[in-house]
Amino acid sequence: MKKVFRELWKNKFLYAMTVPAIIWICIFNYYPMYGILIAFKDYSYKKGILKSPWAGFDNFEFLFNYRGVWKIFFNTIFLNLLFLIFTTIFSVLLALVFVEIKNKVYNKLVQTIAIFPHFVSWTVVAMFMSGILGSSGFITKWIVDSGAADPMFYRNPEAWPIILVILKIWQGAGYGSIVYVAAITGFDQEIYEAARVDGATRLQRVSKITLPLLKTTIIMLTIMSIGKIFNGDFGMIYAIVGDNTGLYPTTDVVDTFVYRALRQMNNLGMSTATSLFQSVVGLILVYLSNAVTKKIEPDAAIF
Amino acid sequence: MKTMKRSAGERAFEIVVYAIATVFCLFCIFPFVIILASSFEEEANFATYGFPLFPRDFTTEAYRIVLGDSQIFKAYGVTIFSTVAGTAVSMFLTVTMAYPISLKKLKYRNVITFFAYFTMLFNGGLVPIYLLISRTLGLKNNIWVLILPVAFSAWNMFLMRNFFQGIPKELSESAYIDGANDFQILWKVILPVSVPGLATISLFYALGYWNQWFNAMLYIEDANLFPLQYLLMRMMRNADAMKEMARTIGISVGEVPTNSLRMATTVVAIGPITLLYPYVQKYFTSGLTVGAIKG
Repeated sequence: MKKVFRELWKNKFLYAMTVPAIIWICIFNYYPMYGILIAFKDYSYKKGILKSPWAGFDNFEFLFNYRGVWKIFFNTIFLNLLFLIFTTIFSVLLALVFVEIKNKVYNKLVQTIAIFPHFVSWTVVAMFMSGILGSSGFITKWIVDSGAADPMFYRNPEAWPIILVILKIWQGAGYGSIVYVAAITGFDQEIYEAARVDGATRLQRVSKITLPLLKTTIIMLTIMSIGKIFNGDFGMIYAIVGDNTGLYPTTDVVDTFVYRALRQMNNLGMSTATSLFQSVVGLILVYLSNAVTKKIEPDAAIF
Repeated sequence: MKTMKRSAGERAFEIVVYAIATVFCLFCIFPFVIILASSFEEEANFATYGFPLFPRDFTTEAYRIVLGDSQIFKAYGVTIFSTVAGTAVSMFLTVTMAYPISLKKLKYRNVITFFAYFTMLFNGGLVPIYLLISRTLGLKNNIWVLILPVAFSAWNMFLMRNFFQGIPKELSESAYIDGANDFQILWKVILPVSVPGLATISLFYALGYWNQWFNAMLYIEDANLFPLQYLLMRMMRNADAMKEMARTIGISVGEVPTNSLRMATTVVAIGPITLLYPYVQKYFTSGLTVGAIKG
């Protein structure tokens, strides 16, 4: 104990510095954890968390029996997998392309443009989506003018996984390419020089040197994303789909469901139970992906 | 003969590379062209011709309404305040946490690191935080609700720590010998050499504040406290929000140019980021490459 105090005193300024952030973390991260009790309670606003009666696993039972809830779990994972696969493919493709553009001005220009969508909020995306796919949207009009039937995008859930994937590529592929560009620039240039002397074409150098070298980075980043696969992108989906129930069959995810359970169904117990279930699944996934990471590349493991 | 063949292949490769990059950039720009063109389009044309890539009948009517209404300026004020004050608060919390745990000599840094790291793995979910903010702290309809709940990000803090870890120890050691304490060293020695890192992390925070609407949607009902993004969201969702806007400058409800008004508001909302973006882009890039792979 004495040793502890001696260390605290020795570095008192440094420990003191961390106090504001620690207080913040306690208030906004650790204190709410006690609210997880709501998942096991029949919560009423009047009685508060502690005085509300216990409900055992009723909230979870209600959740798992809730109509369509398994589809929501499926959507969350399915959409995230699609996002992961396609943004990775496009990020890598863009990175390969960017490093091959030798004209400096054009290189800077294309990278700047490709990254920009990442800085725009999903509310802006929702706005232009209505201008593109809405009833008089640019693409809708174009389809109708070409003589085909009105696709009525906002009433057709089947189209949305693809639409969301395209938006995700639009928003994230350029940004995602930055890491790969950095990785490629870090590769040993002598290998490329040797390959060039041996008569390898640029295409061969990309496919036989760059891609195999990138493999580790790609695998690492992918495995790390697996830990977040049960976390739906609320910002994206709620901004674009919102309360359009017609699109729920393919777009409703855990996070939008949690929000609805709180705000519309006013079922705080079920909402909390869903969050808790999500957190636990997430924790298991992070643990698993980390274990796999450790096997492949011990340096990149988080713990 | 062989060199001829190869140069043709190289040429084809070159063309494909430039084509892919160019097509992707056009794809990135396309929505912005729609937004901009539609904001200047005569309202009657939308039903007949759809949203344009170039306005058929140029009009600035929508901008006249947006800029003639006080709501957009209030929203701007709210957004700017939360971005500036929020970023300041965030940087304070982030730097004071990141610096100590970047130092190997701090014996309990691993305990503190895990304390912060655990929040990235597990949280109480939406309901407990909602009850905390709306009931325990009573922050509903308070502008600080746009700042406090998102003031600290463990992810950004670890990025900042990675920056600090890259600073040579010798710098602070010589200051120690001169008798400076840790506050003075952080302020006078470390921060001045960390400007690129500070710029990157500030921009991450600032962008987060600028683009946020979720907390406004949950906790703010007072129209005077709507930030820009939430204003956009409301215009998107209900026509009433727009009619309100038109009424204040004396346009009858039936004549509200719904489509162009939405797009003009969007232009006004993303304008500043678009103009600033080219100057700050390099900081985002450097931030990602320092800390993204090893969080």
